[in-house]
Amino acid sequence: MSFLLPDAGLLFWMLIVFGIVFFILARYGFPIIVSMVDERKKIIDRSLQDAKAANEKLAAINTESEALLKSARDEQARLLREAAATRDEIIKEARQQADRESEKIIAEARRVIQMEKEDAVRDIQRQVAVLSVEVARKILRRELSDEANQKTLIETYIDETLKQQ
Amino acid sequence: MNKYFNIRFLRLLLPFVVLMLLPSAPAYAAHESESADVDVKKIIFEHVKDAYEWHITTWGDKHISIYLPVIVYSERSGWAVFSSEVFHHDAEYMGFHICSHGDNEGKIVEVDANGNESRPLIDISITKTVFALFLNALLLLVIVLCMARKYKKYKAEGNYEVPKGFVGAFEMLVAMVVDDIAKPNIGATYARYVPYLLTAFFFIFLSNIMGIIPFFPGGSNVTGNIAVTMVLALFTFFIVNIFGNKEYWKEIFWPDVPVWLKVPVPLMPFIELFGIFVKPFALMIRLFANILAGHTVVLAFVSIIFVTMAVNTVIGTAMTFVSVIFTVFINFLELLVAFIQAFVFTMLSSVFIGLSQPQHHSDNHHEISEL
Repeated sequence: MSFLLPDAGLLFWMLIVFGIVFFILARYGFPIIVSMVDERKKIIDRSLQDAKAANEKLAAINTESEALLKSARDEQARLLREAAATRDEIIKEARQQADRESEKIIAEARRVIQMEKEDAVRDIQRQVAVLSVEVARKILRRELSDEANQKTLIETYIDETLKQQ
Repeated sequence: MNKYFNIRFLRLLLPFVVLMLLPSAPAYAAHESESADVDVKKIIFEHVKDAYEWHITTWGDKHISIYLPVIVYSERSGWAVFSSEVFHHDAEYMGFHICSHGDNEGKIVEVDANGNESRPLIDISITKTVFALFLNALLLLVIVLCMARKYKKYKAEGNYEVPKGFVGAFEMLVAMVVDDIAKPNIGATYARYVPYLLTAFFFIFLSNIMGIIPFFPGGSNVTGNIAVTMVLALFTFFIVNIFGNKEYWKEIFWPDVPVWLKVPVPLMPFIELFGIFVKPFALMIRLFANILAGHTVVLAFVSIIFVTMAVNTVIGTAMTFVSVIFTVFINFLELLVAFIQAFVFTMLSSVFIGLSQPQHHSDNHHEISEL
């Protein structure tokens, strides 16, 4: 049972020793350590917050630049599309114009050729008429040089005329 | 892998085995010459009880002890201060001698005119436990003040890196007491109690660890002594009741229970009032009993060697292995207990402090009282 009875001397010393230790440590020991640990904790917290904010800012910048890049790319695509459309338009227009022009030229040529042809035909007809008249005159002159032939011809004509009637 | 583990394990064990045998060897040697019987109870009691000298070891026939100063006051002789060496071989000095039987066994007594033995009025001798207390306190002061200086230096340098090694381990414990014990259990006003909780935690933890070390500066039974734990519990008791707020006292004298439990017979107030004293009493007994039991079990296992050796050398040799394995196991357990008891004491102290300043109606009151 002597274990359970606190010894007065030991009680006295423990009170003094623990009191002194408590006094010294509570004054010069632990507050410094605890405050330093707290301070570090705060600094770490703050750094974490700063890092988070920086990250967010970076993310915002990233999205912004991405958006910028995207719009630039869209613009580029749009410009390219427009340029291509314009080019196609111009080419089409030019082709149409060229077609029209060539058609006109061809038509003109055709008209000229027609005209030339008609002229030539008329010319030939005229020549043929002159020639035939000439030939007829020569033939007639030779045929009608004697009387008998003249009579025969007249008769032939009369016959023919009669037959026709 | 397996082989490597075994070798490493054995290498780990070896110092423990050697150390385990050290403290008990002299104890056994002292009795060996007298009789073959080993008085295990005496060996254990001699270790865990207080003494006026610190018996370190026995080398051959030579006792190596530190003789500590005796400080007594009696009406007969007034104040007397002398070395405990004078009591060597049961000698008497200035009418004082060490009692060998009865209630005062192992303590200084004086003999009055009628031949009755009685304790001197005041006995504040530097006993083994007091001396160990001094050593532990000094060690604690050195460690904590060195740490404080280091932190001051860190602060001056603006070095906010997390420290490594011993400082890091120390800081981990500090952070544990502050963040895991004080903050959640006390609440908003926790900062005021942190120095006490830290002091109590490190004092108990260091004393427990020193008690496990089996040779000179350690091996003392400081926290396994009821006077020591009583002072610690008293500190908690006074802090709890001095800083308790109005609501705390209202909860005690006019708790939130049906009126017939309070008037005319103040049943609940009586129970609550009783609780004020039971809480620190539990703190005192828990720490004391755990550490005392630890020391006792370790010594008992070591004593198996000497008991069985006295019976038969073969059995003794066989039992040596059993004993060493068990002692190692218990020592590891004691390491755990050293921490857990320091933790529990600090934890419960902060719980009691927290209960003494309810911010709102405390709802955790009943769950805590079960502890």
